[in-house]
Amino acid sequence: MGILDHHKKIETRATLLLVLSFLVVTIGGLVQIVPLFYLENTIEEVEGMRPYAPLELAGREIYVREGCYNCHSQMIRPMRDEVERYGPYSLAAESMYDHPFQWGSKRTGPDLARVGGRYSDEWHVAHMVSPRDVVPESVMPTYGYLLHNEIDGQYIGELMSTYAMVGVPYTEEMIASAQDDFLAQADPEANTSDLLARYHSAQTRNFDGQEELTEMDALIAYMQMVGTLVDRSTFVRDASR
Amino acid sequence: MWDYVKLIVLAAVAVLAALAASHARDLAYLVHMIVFMLAAVGFFIWQIRHMGETVHNQNEYMDGVVRYGVIATAGWGVVGFLVGVIIAFQLAFPETNLELTGGYYNFGRLRPLHTSAVIFAFGGNALIASAFYVVQRTSAARLFGGGLSWFVFWGYQIFIVMAATGYVLGSTQGQEYAEPEWLTDLWLTVVWVAFLLVYLGTLIKRKEPHIYVANWFYLSFIVTIAMLHLVNNLQIPVSMFGSDSVPVWSGVQSAMVQWWYGHNAVGFFLTAGFLGMMYYFIPKQVERPVYSYKLSIIHFWALIFLYIWAGPHHLHYTALPDWAQTLGMTFSIMLWMPSWGGMINGLMTLSGAWDKLRTDPVVRMMVVAVGFYGMATFEGPMMSIRAVNSLSHYTDWTIGHVHSGALGWNGMITFGMLYYLVPKLWKRERLYSLSLVSWHFWLATIGIVLYAASMWVTGIMEGLMWRQVDAQGFLVNSFADTVGAKFPMYVVRALGGTLFLTGALIMCYNLWKTVTSVGAAKPVAASAVPAE
Repeated sequence: MGILDHHKKIETRATLLLVLSFLVVTIGGLVQIVPLFYLENTIEEVEGMRPYAPLELAGREIYVREGCYNCHSQMIRPMRDEVERYGPYSLAAESMYDHPFQWGSKRTGPDLARVGGRYSDEWHVAHMVSPRDVVPESVMPTYGYLLHNEIDGQYIGELMSTYAMVGVPYTEEMIASAQDDFLAQADPEANTSDLLARYHSAQTRNFDGQEELTEMDALIAYMQMVGTLVDRSTFVRDASR
Repeated sequence: MWDYVKLIVLAAVAVLAALAASHARDLAYLVHMIVFMLAAVGFFIWQIRHMGETVHNQNEYMDGVVRYGVIATAGWGVVGFLVGVIIAFQLAFPETNLELTGGYYNFGRLRPLHTSAVIFAFGGNALIASAFYVVQRTSAARLFGGGLSWFVFWGYQIFIVMAATGYVLGSTQGQEYAEPEWLTDLWLTVVWVAFLLVYLGTLIKRKEPHIYVANWFYLSFIVTIAMLHLVNNLQIPVSMFGSDSVPVWSGVQSAMVQWWYGHNAVGFFLTAGFLGMMYYFIPKQVERPVYSYKLSIIHFWALIFLYIWAGPHHLHYTALPDWAQTLGMTFSIMLWMPSWGGMINGLMTLSGAWDKLRTDPVVRMMVVAVGFYGMATFEGPMMSIRAVNSLSHYTDWTIGHVHSGALGWNGMITFGMLYYLVPKLWKRERLYSLSLVSWHFWLATIGIVLYAASMWVTGIMEGLMWRQVDAQGFLVNSFADTVGAKFPMYVVRALGGTLFLTGALIMCYNLWKTVTSVGAAKPVAASAVPAE
């Protein structure tokens, strides 16, 4: 093993050891990560994806804050039972505006990638307040306090402009009217034509059934739209990617 | 002069933190700023009371910071295991999420607290303390940088407090094992650069011509974690006065970067760093040289090269492109070999000293640790095969796999290290009680077996139940059926965790009594370098 005798040159020089061991660990990441940014078929071209409406985005923030991803995945794999149970398998395009992704790694509870429209708002409220009243086997914690946390979208414009900085296509108009749109989405009295023009097929109604605008409204607004945007008829599968 | 600069900096930090706290938009940010302020005030007072003190003898090892690190390791270990037991019971008995706490005590917030407390607080302190100890002994040099190593220690504790309070108060960016937001991430970056400086500086001023193998692993661990942390946590704060930030990566790229990070937190934090520990403490405890020098060269370079490719096996059958998944699987399987290279080198170091397994429970602990390392690094490559992964992914099998690695390998080797270090650092002639070490060993081992076995059962069971279809092609089980079926095993798992925690508490008692009621060690021969 003559070649190993040369290892003396490395193990007697601390800086050389540092540099070489750093170079060795960069290779794998470069090969696996960099192509994802320029290979065109990494993200499928589909119709229907749009950035989250302000109230939906606030709901997603609550989803992350409460650590929902610890028990719920948002990634349906292309397997018979998963497609049967949860719906059409997930596409890369469907999480293109998710900073960060929420695919999850564990299903203590079911996958949520296509939970939008699957249950009524009332079901969601009842399930958050007391999960075992709705699903006796459930081990989910209770989230009734979300009904009492009122929100007004004070900083939602700033949040959206930060998202715009990292590449989510929020226009200046969207950011300027962020708080109005935020309040309008859960207000049955409001004129929502502008909101719908900016965010197609956004669902507008009082989500939690209470007069006040609360975190529960935001979370349900988010959950009711998850996985509903993409028009699957426009999706063409790539033979290999 | 330098003391006055420090005072000015600390005062400035305290004032700025107080100002920022008064503008805070959210509770987590407010708490973080108060933590900064109190820390700065505390160190300011300490500095005033120690102005102009003489510099320590440069010929002595710097062991004070290692002693603090040992205490922090044991303390955070108990905290991390305790939170683990709590969330294990929460999964078995969901009422224990305690509705009256308004969400702060919910599983979703405590689970990141558990993973971070165990990996970064317990494991991180064990790594920093042992790295500081090992690099001095194997370099025959005092730690580089004067008080910088103290900054690393205290800075790291502040990072832990910020991360922990952040999770409970809802400050998280939602990436597993990288949950802290921008402020905490920035602070950790500063501390980590200081750690690298202390470590590399000590290596550079070493008096031994060769760098000992343990240090290759420690060095690679420090520099790779720096790279992973920086790339995975690129983010833009929403405001200077709030904890919220938006990560730069999204969707499929975010997933790839996250698991490149996530798997190598395992590969470099929990493997490379802990192999460094193994390469010093096992030869020391059994008083034998490392089995094979050539094997250590080959498996070191192979391990660090291959590990970094393994991330995509966390994303099999997802929307990640197939070519990346295939690469991840292939390298994960290859990784089996260098992993077992390390296991063989560790185990065979006992050649000629196997009898110590009977007489020395500390050796037994270290050997079982290496055994669990071997088992986990066989199970891992197996689970990375796509066909196996299609069953195991999203199930409790993954949780069981992680814990046979974390409890069996990282936990046991750290316990062995603590049992070795405490008598040395506090200059005691022996441990307080070897029979308590045996108790700890058996409680921990039985706890791990209960944990891993129950998770294999639930994991494989739920994987099979999810995919079961009847003759007409309909799904047989609703999701709720699979949740209900797991209850008995969830109880067994929580009991296993309780046993493991009990063992750790016994260890703390034993180490405490070692320091307080065992006689002082006889003075060492004059030729050796005394600790301070």
